[in-house]
Amino acid sequence: MILETRAIGKTFGSVLALREVSMSVEAGQVTCVLGDNGAGKSTLIKILAGVHRHDTGELLVDGRPVRLAGPREALDRGIATVYQDLAMIPLMSVWRNFFLGSEPRKGLGFDVAKARRVAREELRAMGIDIRDVDQPVGTLSGGERQSVAIARAVHFGARVLILDEPTSALGVKQAGVVLRYIVRARDRGLGVVFITHNPHHAYPVGDRFLLLNRGASLGQYAKADISLDRLTSLMAGGAELDQLAHELSRE
Amino acid sequence: MTTAVPAADERVSDVGRLRRTLIRPELGAVVGAIAVFTFFAVQSEVFRSPAGVANWLDPAATLGIMAVAIALLMIGGEFDLSAGVLTGTTGLVLVTLATRYGFDVWSAMLVGLAVALAIGFLNGLLVTRTRLPSFIVTLGTFLMLQGVNLGVTKLITGTVQVSGLRRAEGFETANMVFAGTVTIGGVGFRVAILWWIAVTVLATWVLARSRFGNWIFAVGGNEQAARAVGVPAARTKIALFMTTAFAAWLVGSILALRFTSVQASTGVTQEFIYIIAAVIGGCLLTGGYGSAIGASIGAVIFGMADKGIVFLGWDADWFKFFLGAMLLLATLANRLVRRYAEEVRH
Repeated sequence: MILETRAIGKTFGSVLALREVSMSVEAGQVTCVLGDNGAGKSTLIKILAGVHRHDTGELLVDGRPVRLAGPREALDRGIATVYQDLAMIPLMSVWRNFFLGSEPRKGLGFDVAKARRVAREELRAMGIDIRDVDQPVGTLSGGERQSVAIARAVHFGARVLILDEPTSALGVKQAGVVLRYIVRARDRGLGVVFITHNPHHAYPVGDRFLLLNRGASLGQYAKADISLDRLTSLMAGGAELDQLAHELSRE
Repeated sequence: MTTAVPAADERVSDVGRLRRTLIRPELGAVVGAIAVFTFFAVQSEVFRSPAGVANWLDPAATLGIMAVAIALLMIGGEFDLSAGVLTGTTGLVLVTLATRYGFDVWSAMLVGLAVALAIGFLNGLLVTRTRLPSFIVTLGTFLMLQGVNLGVTKLITGTVQVSGLRRAEGFETANMVFAGTVTIGGVGFRVAILWWIAVTVLATWVLARSRFGNWIFAVGGNEQAARAVGVPAARTKIALFMTTAFAAWLVGSILALRFTSVQASTGVTQEFIYIIAAVIGGCLLTGGYGSAIGASIGAVIFGMADKGIVFLGWDADWFKFFLGAMLLLATLANRLVRRYAEEVRH
């Protein structure tokens, strides 16, 4: 178990953002975090990413309880987060973005040749087909940008990859591209935390599913224990959906 | 390019390279410079003679040093309106200390450098700490410096200028290094041109081949994103403001040593010329994009127009019209480039 939470909780003033949520992430597996808006997904991943400190419960990295001081410590422990609004500079080239903040040195300068070569190799290793690493990131599609961000996290030694709604802003085809890279990262032995509100994206790639509703856990299920229909209905709040169907149905 | 890449790939990337060459930020400036040169060279024989070239390269040099520094700052997403008046401040410090307080020229220049770097640091600190737009912060320092330059000069000399640098100790050597003339093929070129070329080459290297250069583009392109991946954004910006101040010191010293006296109003209104040269050279007002060579070429366009109008015997007022027209054309060209760079391909 690389990453685990036990009955973790977080309050903001009088708001209980997260209550007693337990989840686990294993190497080479995908843990999907599902929930509607306001379910506490963002709060949970911000705790995992070191942005927020938890108030109750335990956060365990490699089985040992920790309190992350900040995003830098999370990164140093191999927990990399790719946010929805990507940390990329649109007017800069792919390879400049890839190494931004961790540029390889050569004497006094920035080893540009190495940066270009490594960026190209890493993207190829992830099966990402970028025609030209010199093109500005702004000219890439949304899916390609997500893919570059994932490849970057993998290259810089991430063991756990947290993906914050990577498919939500994408079309069907682009979302498929990103799902493929999630699988690819998993196959390279990374533990992946995949946050989404779309069970149809989560189910094909997930190994376990954590369902959140209004800050509380509806349970963590292994794939064998839950069907896509059950997942969808749990996510939408089961009974509420039946009620809605009843209301909307014609007499 | 590595040799391991197959030949077919090479050909594909060649097309990319050609396109990349065409969308370089300084493209507009290069085309503009050729057009302006042709325009004046056709009509004036003096303009295209070596002596004429030396003549219009001189204003281009002092402007170019500043425009390059301002370009770096603008790529980093900030403005410095105090840069022009700071050339006056450093010149005044130099001449005042060397003529009234017994400093030799070299130590007076060192003090001037310290003052400049301190002001640059303060500009940077205010901008990064308060998160106020640098336009406002440096407008404040601009006005304050303008007041100090006049007030202190009047207080010390009773007039609005300090002069007599020629008599100061160390003037000869300093003058040779910063304000001398190099004769090439019987034509005297100002040594400032060499400083300008050196500054342009250094800035280009920093932008293209150093980690700091990568950070400059990043903090100007998206400061939040840059900070998220560990770029020291505040330090980068402060260093850029100090670079601008350094350039102002260099230009202020060159001019003071050349004229041996400094007016208290030196450099006022120049700050916009620097920005205009940088914008003509391809810098976006919004940051994150631009080039040092472009800013230098922008400065060349200015030098050519400044002297060319005189060579043609026109009224100097036309210079302003020309300035405005170049700025508009350059901004339009830049917008096209940016659109291209940001267009999303599906």
